Amino acid sequence: MSEPVLEIRNLDVDYGLGDRAVHAVRDVSLTLHRGEVLGLAGESGSGKSTLAYGLTRLLPPPGVITGGQVIYHPEKDSPYDVLALSDRKLREFRWAETAIVFQGAMNSLNPVHKISTQLTDVLRAHDPAMSEHSRNARAREMLKLVGISPDRMDAYPHQLSGGMRQRVMIGMALILQPQVVIMDEPTTALDVVMQRQILGQLIELRERLGFSVIFITHDLSLLVEFSNRIAIMYGGRIVEEAPASTIYRNALHPYSEGLLGSFPALRGPKRELAGIPGSPPDLAGMPSGCSFHPRCPKAFDPCPTTVPVLGPPADANAAGRTVACWLHPALENR
Amino acid sequence: MRYFLQRIAFYLFTAWAAITLNFFIPRLVPGDPVQSLIAKYRGQLSSEAIQSLYVLFGLDKQESLWQQYLDYWKQIFQGDLGLSFTFFPAPVSQVISQALPWTVLLVGITTIISFLLGTGLGVLAGWRRGSWADGLLPVTTFFSSVPYFWLGIIAIYLLAGPGSFFPSSGGFDSGLVPAWDQYFIPSAIQHSLLPALTILISSVSGWILSMRNMMVTVASEDYITVAHAKGLSERRVAVSYAARNALLPNVSGFALSLGFIVGGTLLVEIVFSYPGLGFTLLQALGAKDYPLMQGIFLVITISVLVANLLADVAYLLLDPRTRKEG
Ligand SMILES: Nc1ncnc2c1ncn2[C@@H]1O[C@H](COP(=O)(O)OP(=O)(O)OP(=O)(O)O)[C@@H](O)[C@H]1O
Ligand SMILES: [Mg+2]
Repeated sequence: MSEPVLEIRNLDVDYGLGDRAVHAVRDVSLTLHRGEVLGLAGESGSGKSTLAYGLTRLLPPPGVITGGQVIYHPEKDSPYDVLALSDRKLREFRWAETAIVFQGAMNSLNPVHKISTQLTDVLRAHDPAMSEHSRNARAREMLKLVGISPDRMDAYPHQLSGGMRQRVMIGMALILQPQVVIMDEPTTALDVVMQRQILGQLIELRERLGFSVIFITHDLSLLVEFSNRIAIMYGGRIVEEAPASTIYRNALHPYSEGLLGSFPALRGPKRELAGIPGSPPDLAGMPSGCSFHPRCPKAFDPCPTTVPVLGPPADANAAGRTVACWLHPALENR
Repeated sequence: MRYFLQRIAFYLFTAWAAITLNFFIPRLVPGDPVQSLIAKYRGQLSSEAIQSLYVLFGLDKQESLWQQYLDYWKQIFQGDLGLSFTFFPAPVSQVISQALPWTVLLVGITTIISFLLGTGLGVLAGWRRGSWADGLLPVTTFFSSVPYFWLGIIAIYLLAGPGSFFPSSGGFDSGLVPAWDQYFIPSAIQHSLLPALTILISSVSGWILSMRNMMVTVASEDYITVAHAKGLSERRVAVSYAARNALLPNVSGFALSLGFIVGGTLLVEIVFSYPGLGFTLLQALGAKDYPLMQGIFLVITISVLVANLLADVAYLLLDPRTRKEG
């Protein structure tokens, strides 16, 4: 596997302070490697967006990071912790190194400014010496890259279709050639055909430009198709992480199995369609032990009492995969 | 553009309706202005003078209502609003044009200052919640909830009076003649300070509050998060993204409030006996001076309509979503 570009180490994010704090992300460690697409899946409320906001320090109040590190590896310089950057350094880091396409990208464009203004102000902020002419040229280039006619530079967001706005946001994310692009359900508001078209384009761009992607969605079928590795999140924790094809063929965690079972198979034999019984956990009153155990069809003795550690399973072919489940205890669990 | 023409057509219609009402109402209420004038002069008018009054007021002709209506419009377009009873024989247009500058300068300038100050403070309070600007809110809200009448009277009681810097009434020293000279202007400014201050105190919190709330609403919009994520400076995000968007309702509110400059100042001018339009209206009401009332109402109506038009234009300029193509 290639070298890492972003390492999340034991990240904890709370909403609120003190006793009433809700732990939305708990002890998450995740590594993004250069040039890969890492999928992050999980039910609504599992903490996917919170993780994305946390690692870029964009948490809306009352969100606070209570622990962990986010180590970024620049192409040439030595790695540093994003969470320890000064405000000025953080501003320089944002977008230039890690860009985000937000969930609900429909409202990501400011309705009162032209597309061109919103594409060029990021260039001006990061490179004040750049001439206006070259800023505009760069913005046009980005629009062309994502398949929008550069004539639309002077359009206002409301004059574009949803899909076009989405593309503008993707173009904007790539304008400074970042190493990492985080996509938080970038296409949920679009129809399926449009979704696949835009994602296909994105993957093609990634091959050409060589950035890495963290792709967040609750639609596992998209991830199976478009990502290299998949991490499954439940109740603020990563419960399983493995290469996409491995998860698809042989998911170990009953929750991953459940998620896979809730959409129709793309190819191959037909599977029984089954949702996951019960509802996502209430973060304020998280179950003890493995937080999935009340909904787990295979729960047994240790599940309600002890939290399983995420690690390579001792019993299965552990190549490049980790799981947090008592059915497949990691070596450290024993 | 089509939308805009529709608005203009609507305002023209409203203006027509208001002016027509203005024509009918005094003709429907009982009472004869000449009779009240005769009463005012307590029989010092000869019968010829009385007859000439009827002619002057246009009450002698046995014309059809329709003919009177047409004449009325003709007069309005000539700026002829009839003669005032109270300030007889001064024409209404002259009375109004003497009172109007006082109101427009005092309330106009104060409204602009109040808007700019309140909006600026609102941006600060909304962007940096919990800062000193936020602490200002309860104070200004308290003052704006005190009825203006009280605020004015208390201000006069506490700050004005013999020996004080602030005069308690009037628009200038009684010994002076209105002119653009070094005696009159400082006196006029000195007289306007206290009314201006009270208007400011009672109106600024509205601007602060609405701007602050809009800032808070806008601050949670996705595009603000994106602006932060892009690494733009705090200042640029606050001004060009948050404040720029939060400003929209305040600007149209401001345009509308310009329309109430003329009509909404009755209380100020009464409390401070300020020689503006509101005070004149009060005198006209007391004397059943219909031509003067009509004239003032006309000015008020037109200024409200013009302000509405301004609000539309402001919105059109500031919010691209209202600019329909074609
Ligand atoms: N501002 C907030 N204040 C308090 N709790 C919050 C806040 N934002 C999110 N949460 C809680 O944090 C948890 C994780 O939310 P998050 O938005 O990260 O979920 P998600 O996995 O992105 O879900 P979705 O798929 O619906 O986008 C949720 O249980 C939510 O209730
Ligand atoms: Mg989310």
